[in-house]
Amino acid sequence: MIDLQEIFETQHMIDREHLDIRTITMGISLRDCADGDPKRAVQKIYDKITRCAERLVPVGEDIEREMGIPIVNKRISVTPMALIADASDTEDYVPFAEAMDRAAETCGVNFIGGYSALVQKGFTRGDRLLIRSIPEALAVTKYVCSSVNVASTRAGINMDAVRLMGEIVKAAAERTADQGGLGCAKLVVFSNAVEDNPFMAGAFHGVGEAECVINVGVSGPGVVCHALKDVRGEAIDVVAETVKKTAFKVTRMGQLIAREASNRLGVPFGIVDLSLAPTPAQGDSVARILEEMGLERCGTHGTTAALALLNDAVKKGGVMASSQVGGLSGAFIPVSEDEGMIAAAQAGTLTIDKLEAMTCVCSVGLDMIAVPGNTPAETISAIIADEAAIGMINNKTTAVRIIPAPGKQVGDMVEMGGLLGSAPVMPVHTESSAEFIRRGGRIPAPLNSLKN
Amino acid sequence: MHAIVTVIGHDRVGIIAGICVALAGINVNVLDISQTILGGMFTMVMLVDIAEASVPFTDIAAVLDKEGERLGMTIRIQREDIFNAMHRI
Repeated sequence: MIDLQEIFETQHMIDREHLDIRTITMGISLRDCADGDPKRAVQKIYDKITRCAERLVPVGEDIEREMGIPIVNKRISVTPMALIADASDTEDYVPFAEAMDRAAETCGVNFIGGYSALVQKGFTRGDRLLIRSIPEALAVTKYVCSSVNVASTRAGINMDAVRLMGEIVKAAAERTADQGGLGCAKLVVFSNAVEDNPFMAGAFHGVGEAECVINVGVSGPGVVCHALKDVRGEAIDVVAETVKKTAFKVTRMGQLIAREASNRLGVPFGIVDLSLAPTPAQGDSVARILEEMGLERCGTHGTTAALALLNDAVKKGGVMASSQVGGLSGAFIPVSEDEGMIAAAQAGTLTIDKLEAMTCVCSVGLDMIAVPGNTPAETISAIIADEAAIGMINNKTTAVRIIPAPGKQVGDMVEMGGLLGSAPVMPVHTESSAEFIRRGGRIPAPLNSLKN
Repeated sequence: MHAIVTVIGHDRVGIIAGICVALAGINVNVLDISQTILGGMFTMVMLVDIAEASVPFTDIAAVLDKEGERLGMTIRIQREDIFNAMHRI
């Protein structure tokens, strides 16, 4: 039998250190739902999602009870909607988002991702229509999340898309001004988007994926932080080892839950995403892990190095714990969703520039950052371009989820509620990037040799 | 299918008896018991077989909750798999 200490260690992680399974996400292909008649397409989309995901939530809840570990979110991701809607003879794409929303409501999931377009090299008619509809679609739906991929290492950066997304982000904020610009919290702009990401708001079911799969995202910043308290003052390689071992244990939970969900739902297991995903709760912060390593406050000099170590050790520990690893896999640094990041941003130690540097060595990018409402669209586009460039050159996923909070100034707080947390409005550079952004065109794909 | 029952609380007469009677009533077989006093608290871990249980998992948990309330103890049941996954390769 498992010994007492091991049993209590697991229970302690769950009870006191916020160990949980962050999400079970069912990826569903909608490729068979395309139809020339938009009304029929919308009906097919609703029917397929509700048919595939009918048992997702009850099965998730059963597993939760039996294993005694919380599964915080049950979610759905679908084929990028622009690919499906492109076939329909309509210019109004909002009904497609509404169909996703109704399906999510029927299934009882927290979010549904995939109101998306992949335009790293260019737009189709459907891509443009979908992107133009994003502000309205996010305002009239509750559960729908949207993402647009504007760059990749192989294609370069579509600067026309970057320019357009600056305007769309602004419009999404203004369209949801009464909720603090909440629309922007459900909109991600990607470089090198992955096809099997279970985390929102950037989840979609890639075209290379199977008909229906189960992907799982684990979490556990609190567990890692607690483990590091036991190795205070020791050499940094001891820190790396400790993170690795902890990540192994956390990921094993994810693997177990993924297998169990896959068996019970009769749906193939896709991947486990090895991520440290924080929440606004005390003791569930990635920033506090970096501080535990010896930084007075997250964002000060040394933060990038500490984060690089953390991100790498999480992957090394996690890879052995799971048979299939994918998604974003790394540490997330969403400002509004991390109590330590919020504190560091409020203190002025953590700036957008420092966050940008941090995104070079960790998962994703500038995430859940509030900026003043009067930030020009071109500045938002330029921030997106910088992140896209980091992703493109470094062959990694980067993203921007930024909220130009309507009517808010630097120092104000934007309340998003729930897991989205609250974001301090951070300063941006006021010097213009407009001429650069207005050029449009494409930044060519980079060389993959002569690396320096 | 195996599960782990953990029992924590102030020591008193009849804890093991009460829990075993409750489990026997729903045809759950006790395979192993490990018990100690940790920091003055009665701490017990039981390995049980729930494959032949007469009620579903949720109801087993409910029976144990009720017994825990009567005894003034915290009783929890989890599938053994979660501990094996975390602590055994």
